[in-house]
Amino acid sequence: MRISVAKRYGTLALLAIAILFPLVVQREYFIYVMTLGYIWAISVYGMNLLAGYTGQLSLAHAGFFAIGAYATGILTVKAQVPFWPALLLGCIITAIIGFFVGLISLRTKEHYFAIFTLCVGFILFLLIERWDELTEGVRGLIGIPYPGAIGPITFESVTSQYYLVLFFLVLTIFVIYRIVNSLVGRSFIAIRNSEELAQTIGIHLMKNKLLSFVISTFFAGLAGGLYASFVRFLGPGIGNITVTFDMLTYLLVGGIGSMAGPLIGTLLITWITQSLQFLQDYRMIIFGPILVLLIIYMPYGIVGAARTLWAKYKLRKALPPEMKAPAVKESLQQVEEGSKS
Amino acid sequence: MLLQVEKLTKRFGGLVAVNEVDLTVEKGKITAIIGPNGAGKSTFFNLISGFFPPTSGRIRFQDQDITRMRPDQVARLGIARTFQTTHLFEQATVLDNIIVGYRLRTRSGLWDAIFRTPRLKKEERESREKAYEALEFVGLTGMADRLVADIPQEAKKRVAIALAMATQPSLVLLDEPAGGINPEETDGLAELIRKMVQSGLTICLVEHKMKMIMNLADKIMVLNHGTKIAEGTPEEIQKNPAVIEAYLGGGADADNQAT
Repeated sequence: MRISVAKRYGTLALLAIAILFPLVVQREYFIYVMTLGYIWAISVYGMNLLAGYTGQLSLAHAGFFAIGAYATGILTVKAQVPFWPALLLGCIITAIIGFFVGLISLRTKEHYFAIFTLCVGFILFLLIERWDELTEGVRGLIGIPYPGAIGPITFESVTSQYYLVLFFLVLTIFVIYRIVNSLVGRSFIAIRNSEELAQTIGIHLMKNKLLSFVISTFFAGLAGGLYASFVRFLGPGIGNITVTFDMLTYLLVGGIGSMAGPLIGTLLITWITQSLQFLQDYRMIIFGPILVLLIIYMPYGIVGAARTLWAKYKLRKALPPEMKAPAVKESLQQVEEGSKS
Repeated sequence: MLLQVEKLTKRFGGLVAVNEVDLTVEKGKITAIIGPNGAGKSTFFNLISGFFPPTSGRIRFQDQDITRMRPDQVARLGIARTFQTTHLFEQATVLDNIIVGYRLRTRSGLWDAIFRTPRLKKEERESREKAYEALEFVGLTGMADRLVADIPQEAKKRVAIALAMATQPSLVLLDEPAGGINPEETDGLAELIRKMVQSGLTICLVEHKMKMIMNLADKIMVLNHGTKIAEGTPEEIQKNPAVIEAYLGGGADADNQAT
């Protein structure tokens, strides 16, 4: 799991493009769409840790996104808490609720877990919609302030918010990367691979699943808080089940259980959706079949397909025509040796 | 006495899968459990390794009561096991599959991971070393970087054993280690099991291959319909009329028994 040189330069190049994006594009609307894409990506990274790396598909994710958003929104609007402490509190509140939801829902497994969390997600949505005194219900929460200025830097223009969200996205990817590529991540992956085997090598299932669940909701909360201060209006719709499925689609298209998947999937679909705006809801007629084909032919999304192609290319490169015969022989020999020893 | 099982019983509803079985496993010995299909062998293993709680009876390991412990607690105390099907992560390398085996001896948590603390680095290095040691022990160092999906069945069995070894156990439970491999490979695997015992481990295994068991085991316990019908050295077992009856005579109806 060491980073190859190519990957490192690739990541730096991507970061450079992201930094230059507002300067090159200039059109505020595009910067706005991109920022929103980054916010969703942060949430999808959280989803990926739990569903992709720990193997627990929670369908309550949009509910936690909404909790983060509303916590930040309500704290700033109604309790006059400055933005930064409100954002931090929002994340913590989401994670705490995540802890208790996880504690109960993780007692179920596999599809029962998915269905259970689906219900939890719906309850969270209903709570937000109906609890008028707190959330303003269907009227929506308005007047959420911009992110507070840090020294001389203010976040009132779209471009400055773009960089703020980019910062949090990079931080999210960094933290998730570190978790996945550590002993903690190895425990998660072992659980995804086989709960039975994970237990017999001494991994406490509940403790690890719960940890993954809480981290996952923390990032959903962070994305929600950023969303609140960026869009500055909150309606209960952001906690809707359909939002969870949007995020799941981003994840599946990009590549579940991969580091680049959430980013690729989210940005790709965000931009395709934008360019298909004229079709309104009929764009689902295009999305639906594409998704079905993707699940059948590319179960690990774009990243998974790219990996397979890359592996094939490397194999072909490793065997130039004149070398093919002896190389094949050698690999056959290896197999034989392996079965003898 | 490393492991002591007293009157262990497991009922699934009306079915008695394991019925008042006593067994002692001596340190540094190979204890085999045999019996027709559905005799309760795997259930017996599942009870010891904590997968489900017994209905009654007691299990003691190194003078500690482990009867109601969870699998991960049992593992931490030093009991490792393999499964009939290896359960390995096929899309990862052999080495990556084994590194996590040492996880239970490490303490790094979330903060260590995010900040890459010295403790995490040290423990990751240790885990990698232990994984290499285990691979070396089972004779697979050459395959460390291959994907598990690309290696032969027999090598997978060895990887599963290496993973069990990486947990630093004192007792290893092997569930049909020689299932699905050819006779020559079976000999190789028997050799590996002997080597494990020589290195100080204690082995308890379930196996169907009689020739292998008779050559390998110090003691054999025979289960039939969840009940112990015989126990002794391979010579004693081969002559035991109840065992011959169970295997050849009385039409052991395996169909209505849980495995």
